[in-house]
Amino acid sequence: MLYVDHISKTFNPGTVNEKKALTDLSLHLAPGDFTTIIGSNGAGKSTLLNAVAGTFYVDEGSVRLDGRDITYVPDHRRSVVIGRLFQDPLKGTAPNMTIEENLALAFLRSAQGKRPFSRISRKEKDMFRERLSLLDMGLEDRMKQPVGLLSGGQRQALTLLMATLVTPKLLLLDEHTAALDPGTARKVLDLTRSIVEEHSITCLMVTHNMHQALELGNRTLMMAAGRIVLDVSGAERAGMTVDDLLSRFKAGTGKALDNDRILLS
Amino acid sequence: MELIIRTALELGFQYALVAMALFLSFRVLDIADLTTDGCFVLGAAVSVTVTAAGHPFLAIPAAMAAGACAGFVTAFLQTRLGVPSILAGIVTNTGLYTVNLMVMGWRSNASLLGTDTIFIKFSALGVFGEWSNVILSAAVTILAGTLLFWFLGTRLGLSIRATGDNRDMVRASSVNPTFTVTVGLCVANALTGLSGGVVGQAQRSADINSGTGIVVIGLACLIIGETVLGRRSILKGIIAVMVGSIAYRFIYAIALYTRVVPVEGLKLLTAAIVGLSIAAPTIKSWTAFQLRRAGRGRNLPAGKEGR
Repeated sequence: MLYVDHISKTFNPGTVNEKKALTDLSLHLAPGDFTTIIGSNGAGKSTLLNAVAGTFYVDEGSVRLDGRDITYVPDHRRSVVIGRLFQDPLKGTAPNMTIEENLALAFLRSAQGKRPFSRISRKEKDMFRERLSLLDMGLEDRMKQPVGLLSGGQRQALTLLMATLVTPKLLLLDEHTAALDPGTARKVLDLTRSIVEEHSITCLMVTHNMHQALELGNRTLMMAAGRIVLDVSGAERAGMTVDDLLSRFKAGTGKALDNDRILLS
Repeated sequence: MELIIRTALELGFQYALVAMALFLSFRVLDIADLTTDGCFVLGAAVSVTVTAAGHPFLAIPAAMAAGACAGFVTAFLQTRLGVPSILAGIVTNTGLYTVNLMVMGWRSNASLLGTDTIFIKFSALGVFGEWSNVILSAAVTILAGTLLFWFLGTRLGLSIRATGDNRDMVRASSVNPTFTVTVGLCVANALTGLSGGVVGQAQRSADINSGTGIVVIGLACLIIGETVLGRRSILKGIIAVMVGSIAYRFIYAIALYTRVVPVEGLKLLTAAIVGLSIAAPTIKSWTAFQLRRAGRGRNLPAGKEGR
């Protein structure tokens, strides 16, 4: 499905702020893989997601998705097949437009949504309503309201729905529950799990929560200094505890994990 | 009195198109597009030149197309070449000065004497009498407003609206914001060009300086309208620019007709109207706050005033 092949990225090359964010990183995701990524601050987790999403072009290496080389494809083209959620719930929706209009925009990713002068049809509105009701937040009765009136959790759930409205080949989740209160975070996470499982979407999720990293999905990666230092899946992962993960991390990098958010949660 | 009403309505509808263009660029796309001044003159110059050549009806789409081209240049500068958006408008605007002189045959003004304009042809129908100019201006503006409303409800229109609201989200919806900004600015400047084209034919002349300050007046109309009708929906916004533009022209016409202000003082009056109308929302909330505070002060028990 996704082949990331020996990619490197250096920010601000040749200046005092030079930062090697990704170093010769390779990753292969099989179709339907739900992979979680953890790592210290600045390990390159978000940078990896950005490289896959096309926020920037990589300096070296290549990115292939579903047999197609997308290394130099701009981000808005990649978003046809890649869905994405950010930590900031405000980032994924247009606040002054209604829920219905936001969903209509997300639906532009489908082939039938491409006719530029067509309007949102009755049938589509019914489909939006039906999908909204699956969120179980009462949003299906508020379709004419601007999204700016929703809470952070509701907006993130809506963004999740928008990212998966047209089933993407790959879903990128960048700590998408980190800014929500624990109850809402749990709810959004459950929704994520059920939507991803229902459509068997290949998924790459960054998290700072070790329990979450082991609990969700079928594979866990750990990153440090722009490299993948640990890659566990299958039986080995099934019996793992957070302590095992921490000691494996130390063995892999020679130092303890320094992300206090991870240690606190 | 009737003359005041007629003049105000006619000019109000004609210049409402500029306010409508600013509604699209400034409010919907959230871009301060300063192409407007030069673009308005471009529309007038093209319209007058084409009309003088004997094609008053063709002159209107020609003015719009010219405006759209100006908008494209501004959009290209800011989306492809990384020129900051305000600067991009100013650069295009400056260049347009020469283009406008060129369109008018290297003269600083062009006039239509004894040539048929759409207004003359329309009044020759003899149906609306003295009101024919008002009716035609209103028809053009309301038609443009209806089309704009329809356009902003299509999928392309939705993506343009989202571009001004959340650019990241537009990218994530597989739409290229470079494209939506370009289309939006082309449409906005086509409306400005249309305004210039209509005004040029109505006044039977185009002058190189006739666009000076148009962008500020347009913004004032936009804000007057929003103060009266409130913001939020697209339909309200489009109606608001017409209401605002007509209100502005009424204030202007009354000042002119009653000779409260001498002709030399008109620029100052315009600046005052613009300044006050842009300040209106702030003054309104300040006044409301002062009233609330004063009201609360009275209700406080003795000895606690002044806190």
